Amino acid sequence: MKSTDSTAPQASPASVAGPSRRRFLTATGAVGLGGLLAACGVGGGSDKGAAGSGKGSIRALFMKQAGYSEDNIHAMTASFQKAHPGIKVTADFVSYEALHDKIVAAAPAGTYDVVLIDVIWPAEFGSKHIVSDVTAKWPASWKQKMLPGAVATSQYDDKQYGVPWILDTKYLFLNTAHLKKAGVPQGQLETWDGVMKAARALKRAGVTKYPLVWSWQQAEALICDYAQLLGAFGGTFLDGSGKPAFNQGGGVQALGFMRQSIVDGLTNPTSTQSLEEDVRRVFSAGQASMALNWTYMYGLADDPKQSQVAGHVAVRQTPQGTSGRPGVNGSMALAVAAGSKQQAAAWTYISYLTSQPVQDKFALSSLPVWKTSYDDPEVVKTNPAVVPQAKKQLGDMILRPQVTSYNAVSQALQAEIQNALLGKKSPQKALDDAASKASSLLGS
Amino acid sequence: MRPSRRFLIGIHVAAVVMALVILAPFAWLIISSISPSRELLSPHPHWIPSHPTLERYRQIFGGSGADNVAANFRLAMGNSLIVATLTTLISLAVGTVGGYAFARLRFPLRRTSLFAFLAIYMLPPIALVIPLYLALANLGLLDTKTGLVVTYCSIVTPFCLWTMSNYYLSMPPDLEEAARVDGCTRLGALVRVILPLARPGLLTTGMFGFLLAWDEFLYALIFTSTTNAKTIPVAIAEFTGKYSSDFGLIAAGGVLAAVPPLILALLFQRYIVGGLTSGAVKG
Amino acid sequence: MSTGTTLGRLRRRRRRPSSGPASEARFALTLLLPAAVVVFGVVLYPVVRTFVVSLYDVNSPMAGAYPFVGLHNYVRVFSDSGFYPVLGHTLYFTLLSTFLELSLGIAVALLLNAPLKARWLWRSIVVLPWALPTIVNGALWRWIYNGQYGALNGLLDTLGISHTPHQWLGSPFLALNMVILADVWKNTSIVVFFILAGLQTIPDDVYEAARIDGAGAWRGFWRITLPLLAPSIAVVLILRTIEAFKVFDIIYVMTGGGPASGTQTIAFYTYLQAFSNQLFGYGAALAYLIVIAVFALAMVYLRILRQGRMAGVQ
Repeated sequence: MKSTDSTAPQASPASVAGPSRRRFLTATGAVGLGGLLAACGVGGGSDKGAAGSGKGSIRALFMKQAGYSEDNIHAMTASFQKAHPGIKVTADFVSYEALHDKIVAAAPAGTYDVVLIDVIWPAEFGSKHIVSDVTAKWPASWKQKMLPGAVATSQYDDKQYGVPWILDTKYLFLNTAHLKKAGVPQGQLETWDGVMKAARALKRAGVTKYPLVWSWQQAEALICDYAQLLGAFGGTFLDGSGKPAFNQGGGVQALGFMRQSIVDGLTNPTSTQSLEEDVRRVFSAGQASMALNWTYMYGLADDPKQSQVAGHVAVRQTPQGTSGRPGVNGSMALAVAAGSKQQAAAWTYISYLTSQPVQDKFALSSLPVWKTSYDDPEVVKTNPAVVPQAKKQLGDMILRPQVTSYNAVSQALQAEIQNALLGKKSPQKALDDAASKASSLLGS
Repeated sequence: MRPSRRFLIGIHVAAVVMALVILAPFAWLIISSISPSRELLSPHPHWIPSHPTLERYRQIFGGSGADNVAANFRLAMGNSLIVATLTTLISLAVGTVGGYAFARLRFPLRRTSLFAFLAIYMLPPIALVIPLYLALANLGLLDTKTGLVVTYCSIVTPFCLWTMSNYYLSMPPDLEEAARVDGCTRLGALVRVILPLARPGLLTTGMFGFLLAWDEFLYALIFTSTTNAKTIPVAIAEFTGKYSSDFGLIAAGGVLAAVPPLILALLFQRYIVGGLTSGAVKG
Repeated sequence: MSTGTTLGRLRRRRRRPSSGPASEARFALTLLLPAAVVVFGVVLYPVVRTFVVSLYDVNSPMAGAYPFVGLHNYVRVFSDSGFYPVLGHTLYFTLLSTFLELSLGIAVALLLNAPLKARWLWRSIVVLPWALPTIVNGALWRWIYNGQYGALNGLLDTLGISHTPHQWLGSPFLALNMVILADVWKNTSIVVFFILAGLQTIPDDVYEAARIDGAGAWRGFWRITLPLLAPSIAVVLILRTIEAFKVFDIIYVMTGGGPASGTQTIAFYTYLQAFSNQLFGYGAALAYLIVIAVFALAMVYLRILRQGRMAGVQ
């Protein structure tokens, strides 16, 4: 290609167009751009948030999956508006996969006043001033009254960036009919060793071809399973000085354990392409005997309309490794968007949704963050199979690293863990590589 | 010269093979949409469902309530139809006119401006999402169909410009010369002579432009948040999030989502082919 | 008959004595103004802003004083060890998918142009994959490839070809190829229709002349049909290259970039950097590099096609 026409010896477009057209162009440009260029620095909108009058309209962003349903949230909101007639709430729902990106995109425009945030985001959103620091608004008593795992959900650097709302962790789900058929006592599933022994027995007896299924697709779900095993084998993500430590001791053992379960044919090979919903599908079809998954799977796997194993589902606390049995903290919190002009009203709404009576009322959908709720017979009654296990599990949770560049660290870790799971690298080598990437991310 | 018998048999066999490759995955989509989930989850596929069910379609057409993703799908379908149609009409109108300039006229910065349009089409949406969000927010166009139409036009218009200008190039220039000799103005020649002859190109471009808008995902995902403006791809992505354990529902949604573009294609196909074979554009 | 694409048609002089260059330019401006308003009225601000952002170390969507780094974000791309595999996947995806789509598309278009019975039926069948939204196409093939319930394993089993289930999306390189197949299945129909339109502009007498020369069908295809199709091929090749180079949706749905990052493409990587990691400056630089790369590819294609046509016409 040669650039010939652009240099053609002709008049410049402006002089050709004449003054009237130039004016028209300018006017069009002004219409198109005038409103946009107004308040934007390099980073984005420069509008600062404000407390507001505490009354008026607010907009909240929730997610569609797991925890409270849309109907639950509409019901809560309706009763909130009845109690606070001055505040009108509009609730938007997006899928979890879109939640982070939506919060980021909406932040400079200040679209939302209340946003639902995942446990891995307070460091990122807090340090980038996307959500407000609400430490000063936290009553002193909350830290005692809430479960410790809940308090940690919205916390970063000793500050609170929201109020814990949806409390969740992963449990061990089992198919009791399968275990009975293979003659495996449930008590054996107290430890990961016992789980492996059970898996071998199940495979030998021909009950399931692959007794275990996991959510090990290259996604955050993989890190959730890894975190739980890392904790069980006594590892930590970061050492005391904030440097990567998952490539030592328990972290390596956990990955070795994962890889070995694939090599031994105990883990379904589709696991490396599976998310939580794929795990539920395999388990509900009776093609896996044991699986780790979030609380929500119990109701669905035990529902005869959606599952072929209803009536044979049991939930247990996550098994013990060489050192402990922490569940991965998969909780979520409600936060006040930093760009909100109605931060006072937003806080009133959040306080209401997270209050104990409201949470107790909807305990069937999602378990409360408040300690005493777990001894309330009304709450226990909502889900007798899960609540007693939850009480044990929620008291002992492991957090994924609370660092501002968490997403990048997690991506590096996901890729390298997959390398090890696929047998392309040894667990030690994979984690060393991930650690070196993570150190440069954490350092910068 | 008449084609030989062997040749005729050969091309028909080839056509059947082609049809099988295309139809098999599509058939599986339809079968999945009417198979009960129990059969979908069997390790050996039930090629023909033993208990076919229309339950999922019933859910989509009959369901209601805020929690009902299936009912939201219906509204998303309407949004997509409106957004894609408007986008196509606007982009086609401005692209058809502009494309003529690129094909037939000489003017300064011709190549540069064509590159500028094409570069917009080449930019991945991810690059523009945040500033566009801010722009739409300032104009009050977030979560509106208008906002999506405005955004999509900026993608579909360069596509129309480029394909239409290339279509004009494939038309013999003598036609407009003749029209101008007959005393038509330039614009008159374009409107009265060129455009009617360019109908096949217009329809093909319009068809593909429609699908660009119908298919768009990332902008819609970020710019919409309620049934006001959520489009089909977003609604289906929500199925995959919440109900991915039932592929059947995604399949039913997919079958329905394919219907409007399909109708469009079948309606216009005979015009496209008819127009193309009419001889006017043959050299 | 035309012999060039808009980009290719460079030095052709118009032979119109009646109007001067100034009036022609004015007319062109009038015709282009609506398109310019529709496109640049919307994107001028975002495009300029994204470029400005690419010159700063912006790591949050919020306003603030970010350090100016000049072209550092662009330079950084080339020292980013994560970038090269991603570039490799993207080039592989782009070249293989456009090659397959083009060759299959031309073959199918020739077939549909042949004297088939019930031609409308075959043409309607070819439209089908095109009508399926990419999101659904991705979900459909993820389901077909599923290692446990997938129809592909089921089909191989039913036909007695293979009885052990394969993990089609289980290893990086295989997964990339399987994603390409899914993309080819859907997008070949676009190529078919563009080529079919191009075929209509080839007059029959060209073939007659070739036949009298004694050229066989195969040689006739290479020496006559293909060179005459060059403009249509150029248009659709460039369109497909642009789409393939910024492929995102199908990856997002089918693999999420896995396994072991084997299906991460530049657009997906840009998404991760700009959104998940909030490195907006770096993401913006990546986006502009995508534009430059696509331009370079388009230029190479045009040159090859022009030379090929000249060689063919001789």
